[in-house]
Amino acid sequence: MTQHVKLTINGQPIEADIEPRLLLVHFIREVANLTGTHIGCDTTSCGACTVQINGVPAKSCTLFAVQMDGADIRTVEGLEQNGKLHPIQEGFFQEHGLQCGYCTPGMMMTAEAFLRENPNPTDDEIRHAISGNLCRCTGYVNIVKAIQHAAKAQREPQAAPTEAVEVTQ
Amino acid sequence: MPAVLRLGTRSQFLSSRVPVCSYMILVTASSHNLPIHLISCSRHDARGAYQRRSAVIPDNFAYFAPTTFSETWDLLQKHAGDAKLLAGGQSLIPLMKFRLATPAYLIDLRNVPGLDALEERDSSLVLGAMVTESTLEKSPLIKRRYAGIYDASAVVADPLVRNFATVGGNLAHADPANDHPAMMIALRAWVVAQSPRGQRELSVDDFLVDTLETALEPDEILTEIHVPQPTQHSGSAYVKFERKVGDYAIAAVGAQLTLDGGVCSQAGIGLTNVGPKALRATQAEAFMVGKQPTEDVLREAARLAANAAEPVADLRGPEEYKRAMVRTLTVRALRAAAQRAQAGA
Repeated sequence: MTQHVKLTINGQPIEADIEPRLLLVHFIREVANLTGTHIGCDTTSCGACTVQINGVPAKSCTLFAVQMDGADIRTVEGLEQNGKLHPIQEGFFQEHGLQCGYCTPGMMMTAEAFLRENPNPTDDEIRHAISGNLCRCTGYVNIVKAIQHAAKAQREPQAAPTEAVEVTQ
Repeated sequence: MPAVLRLGTRSQFLSSRVPVCSYMILVTASSHNLPIHLISCSRHDARGAYQRRSAVIPDNFAYFAPTTFSETWDLLQKHAGDAKLLAGGQSLIPLMKFRLATPAYLIDLRNVPGLDALEERDSSLVLGAMVTESTLEKSPLIKRRYAGIYDASAVVADPLVRNFATVGGNLAHADPANDHPAMMIALRAWVVAQSPRGQRELSVDDFLVDTLETALEPDEILTEIHVPQPTQHSGSAYVKFERKVGDYAIAAVGAQLTLDGGVCSQAGIGLTNVGPKALRATQAEAFMVGKQPTEDVLREAARLAANAAEPVADLRGPEEYKRAMVRTLTVRALRAAAQRAQAGA
């Protein structure tokens, strides 16, 4: 019993015949082969699976791929543009906002969407925004700093505090 | 209990090959505390055999995304008893992943127009069933005039879940741990249900029947929630106590007060997750009427509200603890509602 679904991921169109019960996170990881989106729990708690759907961040483990017919999905792989790190990625790098890195893609997808809505947040507002993303390593302190770093860089693009890092394949 | 929500008996779980854990054994048709967020699954089944860890995925189903009410009703009538409507899915899909819900047909409402109203119309606030919690949380109208709804929306799960979770789904799913039912009870809201036979309205009290059970007929769609507009000296508040962000409530209380010359002329008090469904604290409400909302009065109302609770001991605490929390939270909710009422609309 399969259904045809057509969507875009990071700007690339993708279509497939899938079972309706295929979770979006499994579609992303196993059909689209984008394994940056992680599965960290079975209970809709951890947010490691966070992606953006038409720009809105959501937990992809608690949505079906068939619900996404016609949608525009953005995953962590879509942050980098033309080999250049997104300011969010730059922030996590500069502020040591990760240790094991498992929660990081989810954190970044949530943060990127949040900063579009609130480009000049307080630390408390950041903490509230990432409250659906759990981290077992960092204690969240450097994550908040990383997001503040990105916020500042996005507000003042001319005054880039550090050299941009080129990503080479 | 609708057939599609098969809360298995202990023997069913023990005989199945689903990894069994101590919490799942407690899930019976009368249980009202499905600890979805903290089901910890042992890799050994009830007979001690080691189970290979498999992905937590739902059973098979057929999926439809109709674009009209008419199409939706046709599907509901055709598959009555074996179909579930899908709103945001943030309560239903987690249940389906654990196979505690196994609808053979899932009917997605995302393409059906006319379910996203958020406006004051004819002396009520009209909320479309598909309005998301995020939308409610960010609405200036809701925060200013229906602060209790804002409070409740802001504590549903977490910001990511709130981007898809809907207020209609929160009510229609009728998990006693869902937050809106108690707040809507306190606000004396009513719901609109539409079927091919027409439209009917029922109070939230009549709408909520039992754990995960509402008064909706198999072919009825909950389309709107209506909340009476507040008078100038009305206030509402929702106070939730949770172990950590995103959790279900240990207990939560929604309160609404209308003041007339500083004296309470109407009170609404709803209790979350301390019974098989959201409860109305009727005696506490009656006690408030005719009195000024002083601390002594609030404390007595809170004592009565705690008496009205029917908590069950579980991983969120023993019975007496939950009852005591209802008492504390009722004071806080009433106090906040009173302060907002005194401040004026």
